[in-house]
Amino acid sequence: MAIKEQTIRSNENAKGKLTAARVAAYIFLILVTLLALFPLILLILNSTHSNSSLQAGFDPMPGGHFLINFKTAWNDTALFTLPRSMLNSFIIAASSCILTSYFSAMTAYGIHVYDFKLKKFAFNFIMVIMTIPTQVAAVGFVQLVGKLHMTNTYWPLIIPAIAAPSVFFYMKQYIESSLPMEVIEAARVDGSGEFMTFNTIALPMLKPAIAVQMIFAFVSSWNNFFTPALVLSKSEMWTLPIVNATLRQKIQSQNCDIGEVYMMILLSIIPVVIVYIALSKHIVKGVALGAVKG
Amino acid sequence: MKKHKLVSYAKWGYIFIAPFFIVYIIFQLIPLLSTFYYSFFENYRSGLNVVGPNFVGFENYVTLFTPDKNGSIDIFTYFINTIIMWLMGAVPQLFFSLLLAVIFTSERLRIKGQSFFKTVIYMPNLIMAAAFAMLFFMLFSKVGPFNQFIISSGGETFDFFANKWTTRGIIAMINFLMWFGNTTILLMAGIMGIDQSLFEAASIDGATSWQVFYKITIPLLKPIMVYVAITSLIGGLQMFDVPQVIGTYLGSPNRSTMTMIMYLNNYLGTSKNYGMAGALSVVIFIITGILSVIVYRTMATDSGKKPKKAKKGV
Repeated sequence: MAIKEQTIRSNENAKGKLTAARVAAYIFLILVTLLALFPLILLILNSTHSNSSLQAGFDPMPGGHFLINFKTAWNDTALFTLPRSMLNSFIIAASSCILTSYFSAMTAYGIHVYDFKLKKFAFNFIMVIMTIPTQVAAVGFVQLVGKLHMTNTYWPLIIPAIAAPSVFFYMKQYIESSLPMEVIEAARVDGSGEFMTFNTIALPMLKPAIAVQMIFAFVSSWNNFFTPALVLSKSEMWTLPIVNATLRQKIQSQNCDIGEVYMMILLSIIPVVIVYIALSKHIVKGVALGAVKG
Repeated sequence: MKKHKLVSYAKWGYIFIAPFFIVYIIFQLIPLLSTFYYSFFENYRSGLNVVGPNFVGFENYVTLFTPDKNGSIDIFTYFINTIIMWLMGAVPQLFFSLLLAVIFTSERLRIKGQSFFKTVIYMPNLIMAAAFAMLFFMLFSKVGPFNQFIISSGGETFDFFANKWTTRGIIAMINFLMWFGNTTILLMAGIMGIDQSLFEAASIDGATSWQVFYKITIPLLKPIMVYVAITSLIGGLQMFDVPQVIGTYLGSPNRSTMTMIMYLNNYLGTSKNYGMAGALSVVIFIITGILSVIVYRTMATDSGKKPKKAKKGV
């Protein structure tokens, strides 16, 4: 009897504690959400204010200067032209993301499906090179680009995307778990050529993995600062990260329009934010899947 | 498995992997090897003249580790800067992400709206680091909202970017904001890979949440924590975008935010000193290589289970 009463009481006690813990957890999570969102919120808010209003003080309410700031930022040609930089970034990021995902899938398919002498070596080689930072090859890269007369062109930022070790690794994992050999053999029996099998049968089956990797490749190319800054010196070839670094000097100058600068930052990141909101479900899943991806 | 059938297709294997290897060799491997090669040459621009390339043996390496007239060795200073800023962001991040991961995976709390929270906390990771840095530079500037707040509450204007600790702190904070969502998701995958029956057994035995966390979660999470920490360190050593925008190529204030890669970038960009840049690249390559070996070791002791584990989670 006594024991029973005690368990009931401790159960009630535990329940109360659990509710308190749950409330605390939700409050904490809401604070964390605000922390993650606050830079973006401040940025959007400030991009709606005029220079004079921003200089006067922080206003937590949105202002009416959004379109004017947009026009100023869009038409400013002083140090660079923003629409041109956005186009440069887009061309490079879109091309790299297509090349990265297609050729990584192709390489992973080649190593998984076929049996050849250097198969194991090729796999181990890619695993070893996976963690080499691209920056350590920069000296040779800059000189190579110069010798190939590719300075101030898109090529040195697009072509290397064909060889992406970490994307290869992700594709290899995915193929192992979701592309049965029987499917490929059946295609061969039906008389399908090897490239045809890869393009029309394997690729559609790898769609989820390719979609995730395309997003990641696009974003990392869009955000890349180091390599473009080394090979693009002409301002009409600049990509958005270079533009943002230049803004740092711009705001030091006299009578700089701060509202315009906030707008330029916003325009640099907003495409990625929109893509993310549209596809976030796949992206968050992809992060966990590619747990090995640095 | 049906080897006779696969062997006849061998050439296709080479054809399929050829583009990757050709591009890798031309755009990564040859540049990497020529970087190593250049590290043994004297080759830089002096005004309009180009000096070298002349073979100098290990002289660039010696110069790299020789104290300047103030008795300080630049490469050590910049290495320490990098590590300090990494630690300031990564240590709080690991604790914070662990706490979040435990909350999300708790069987008792059963948090609702998980995908919403995860989506939001991961978002900063995709935002352009250069833009993030530029934004924070404006927010903390002398006329930015934080200073306006200080003034309106009766304080005096504080120049955050004149003080090395506040500047480093802001850089670390940006890195923290950008990466804690990513770390949380990785740790969650790790926690969900732990055998659930262990938690059940513990709760039947009357273990408190703290005991479960300390005696089960932490020890079993150790391999993935080591993995997360070291990959974060490898990433930290490559820190460039944020300090380059905030501190400019000078590493302001007073070179206190100059990182290893910024140092490399200065040799490449302004002085075009390919010899010194090469030697510095080799040093960074060796440090990263050692850390990578440790990563592979911890993954190996994890008996290659990780990808499977991760797939179960989230």
